Amino acid sequence: MAVTRKKAAPKKSSTKKSNTVKLKFDTGWSYDPAPESRSAATIKPQYDLFINGQWQKPSGKKYFATTNPATEEKLSEVADANAADVNKAVSAARTAYDKVWSKMPARERAKYIFRISRMVQEKARELAVIETLDGGKPIRESRDFDVPTAANHFFYYAGWADKLEYAFPNRQVAPLGVAGQIIPWNFPLLMAAWKIAPALATGNTVVLKPAETTPLTALKLAEIIQEADLPPGVVNIITGAGATGAAIVSHPDVNKIAFTGSTDVGKLIQRSIAGTNKKATLELGGKAANIIFEDAPLDQAVEGVINGIYFNQGHVCCAGSRLYVQESVAKTVIRKLKDRIETLIVGDPMDKNTDIGAINSKQQLETIHRYLDIGRREGAEMWESSCPLPRKGYFCRPTLFTNVAQSNRIAQEEIFGPVLSILTFRTDDEVIEKANNSPFGLSAGVWTDKGSKIFNLTRRMRAGVVWANTFNKFDPSSPFGGYKESGFGREGGLHGLMPYVDIK
Amino acid sequence: MRLEVLKTYKLYIGGQYPRTESGRYYIARNKAGAQLANVCLGSRKDFRNAQVAARGAVAGWSGRAAFNRGQILYRIAEMLESRRAQFIDELLLQDLSQAAAEAEVNTSIDRLIYYAGWCDKFQQLFSAVNPVAGSFFNFSVPEPTGVVSIIAPQNSPLLGLVSVIAPVIAGGNTCIVLASEQKPLSAITFAEVLGTSDLPGGVVNILTGSVKELVSWFSDHMDVNATIYCENDSSVQSSIREKSALNLKRVFFYDKKDWNSEEGQSPYFILDTQEIKTTWHPIENIAGAGGGY
Repeated sequence: MAVTRKKAAPKKSSTKKSNTVKLKFDTGWSYDPAPESRSAATIKPQYDLFINGQWQKPSGKKYFATTNPATEEKLSEVADANAADVNKAVSAARTAYDKVWSKMPARERAKYIFRISRMVQEKARELAVIETLDGGKPIRESRDFDVPTAANHFFYYAGWADKLEYAFPNRQVAPLGVAGQIIPWNFPLLMAAWKIAPALATGNTVVLKPAETTPLTALKLAEIIQEADLPPGVVNIITGAGATGAAIVSHPDVNKIAFTGSTDVGKLIQRSIAGTNKKATLELGGKAANIIFEDAPLDQAVEGVINGIYFNQGHVCCAGSRLYVQESVAKTVIRKLKDRIETLIVGDPMDKNTDIGAINSKQQLETIHRYLDIGRREGAEMWESSCPLPRKGYFCRPTLFTNVAQSNRIAQEEIFGPVLSILTFRTDDEVIEKANNSPFGLSAGVWTDKGSKIFNLTRRMRAGVVWANTFNKFDPSSPFGGYKESGFGREGGLHGLMPYVDIK
Repeated sequence: MRLEVLKTYKLYIGGQYPRTESGRYYIARNKAGAQLANVCLGSRKDFRNAQVAARGAVAGWSGRAAFNRGQILYRIAEMLESRRAQFIDELLLQDLSQAAAEAEVNTSIDRLIYYAGWCDKFQQLFSAVNPVAGSFFNFSVPEPTGVVSIIAPQNSPLLGLVSVIAPVIAGGNTCIVLASEQKPLSAITFAEVLGTSDLPGGVVNILTGSVKELVSWFSDHMDVNATIYCENDSSVQSSIREKSALNLKRVFFYDKKDWNSEEGQSPYFILDTQEIKTTWHPIENIAGAGGGY
C-alpha cells in the first residue's frame, strides 16, 4: 500500500521547484457580479460651457455626444466651444485675474482651494461613478485612486498659496496671468486637479479644456467650483475637440500653456507658441523601462509589472510598457506573469471586482490593435489572456510580447494600451543603455534586492520619475514630469509651483 | 627690431584647438575698422563635431563629484586671474575702455569663483524629501539635462561668455558655445584658460562664426538637450523655439540680463539646465510594529 500511496503523490519536477501555486479561478471559484450603482450620480442630458461662473450656450450652437465606452451608449451631450467661446472664456479669466484673483490676500485664495478639495471629497462617490461611466476605467480605480488623489491635490496646493516666499529661496514670485490648460482622457478629473490646483495657488486664473471623450467629471468639477462660490471667471471650463484646444493655445491673451497629452501634439504646441512670450509645461508620452534583476523578489516584481502596465488599461503615460528581465530569471518571470494575467478580470468597469475596464474609445482600441499587428509582423511573439470579453463596448485582453527586439516599434513607440513588450539583458551596463535608448524619459522602474544597485540604476536612468521596487505611485507632494521628449516642467510638490510663477 | 608673433585664433573642440573644417575665415575688426585677426568662420560640421565631443563628455563630467567640479571651476578662475593683463589688453583692442576692460575681467574671475562655490550646494537648495501618503521614501533631486548649446552675448565678450558657461557646467552639463561674433578674441583666449584648468576635454566647446548661419544648427540638433540665446532678436527667438520643438529642447532667452550687475549671477541660472528626478522606494512597514518610539 505504501508503494501505491507514493505513486499517487503529485510528481515533483525534476528540474526546478516552483513555489507558486497556479490558481485556477475559473474552476476554483467565481465572482458574483458586484456592480456599483449608477444612482449615486446625476448626469444631465446636456452641458453648456462654464464661463465667468455661469453656464453659457456655445455660440456655434453645436453639441457633441459623450458615450460610455463599456456599453457604447450615449451618456450626455456637451457643448462644442469655438474660437468665439474661447475668447469669451479667456477674457473672463483676464478680468477675474486683474480685478479679483491677483488682488485677493493669498490666505483667502487658499481657503477657496481648500473648499474645492472638501467638496470633491463630499461628492467622491458621484465623481467616481461618472469617471468610470464616461471613461471606462474600473470603478475600484476611480473610487480608490483618481478621485481621492484629485481631492488631495487641491488640498496640498491650497496650503501653498500663502507660503510661496518659502518655496523660492531669496526670490519674490509673481503669477503669470491666464493659464490655458488642456488635459487628456486617461485621468480626466485627476488631470484637471493637477492643472487647476497649482495655477490657482500661485494666483493665476484658468481656462481648462477636458478631452472630448471624457468631459463629464470636469463639468462636475465646474459645478463644484460654482457651488464653492469661487469668484466668476477664475476657473472657466470649456469643452470641445482639437480645434478648441488650438484656439486656447493661439489666443494672444493667454500667458501660459499647460498641456498633458501626446508628444506629437506637444511639439505642435511648442511650434505654435514659438513667436510669443507664452510659457509652457508639457507632460507628454512615455515608454517606461521596468527592469527586473535576478536577485529581485520575483513575486513582488511580477505584481509591480502587472500594476505598471495594466493599471487603467495601460492608458498611462508613465506605464511600464518595456519590461527588461535579466536572462537568468526570464523564463520564470514570464511564466509567473502569464499565470497572473490569467487571473485578471476584464469586463464591466462598474463591477467592483473588475481589474481591467473598457478601452477609452473605439479609436484607441483600433490604435492598440494596429500595434498588435505591427508587433506580430515584426516577429515578436504575442500572448494574450484567455479571458472572455464582453460582446458590447471596447475591450482588449491583457497582452504581452516576448522575443522583442530593441528596434521593434512595440519597444520604441507608446501604445497606450494593455500591451507589455518583454526584452532581456545580462549586465547592469547593458540594461542601462537599452533602457535609456528611447526618445522618451518620463518614468522607469527597477526591481532588485541590492541597495547600491538600486541607486546606481535610479541615478543613471534618464527619467523624471523612478520607482524602485514599486511602480505607478503618485502623490500630490511628489513632483511628476519628464526628461527628453516626454516634456518639461513638473507637476506636484514644491517643484510643481515653478511653472506657474515668474521668479524675480 | 623684433617682429611680433601673431596668434592664430582657432576653435576649441573636445579639448583640442582645430581650425574650422570648412577652411573659411572672417576678419575681426575694431570699431575703427582695423583688422584684429583672421577668425575661423565655423560651419555646421564644426558644430556637429563639437556636439559629439560634448555628448561624449557628459557621463564623465556629470559623474564627477560635485566638490571636484567646484575645484575645477575655481582652477579656471585661477588661470584667468594669472592672465588678467592679457585679457585686459585684448578687450582694449576690441574697443572697451580701460576701466570697462578691467571691470569685465575682474567680474569674470569673481563670477567663476561664485559658481565654483555653488557646484556642491545648489542641489541641497533645490532638492526635496517629499512627505507622500504611504509607506515610501520619496525624494527629488536636480540632475544635469545633458548637452546645452549656447549663443553667447554679443556685447560682453568675456563676462557674458563666462556668465552663461559657468552655471551650465557647474550643474554637470557640457556645452557648445558660439562666441560673440563681432568680438570673438576673448572667447578663444578663454579657451586657452580652460585648456589649462583640469577641465576635461569636451565639457566646453567654443566656436566662432556667424550667428545667422549657425543658429539653426544650434537649435535643431536632435541630440542637444537645451539651448540658450542671449540676444533679443525676436525673429531669431521665434525660430529657435520652433526648431527646438523637434526634440523638445529646453529653451532659455537671457536677453534682458545685465551681466555686470548682481542679476547676472544666481543659482536659478544653474536650475535652468537641470531636470528634477523623483525617486520612490517602499519602506518596510510591519503590521503591529510601533517604530522606535
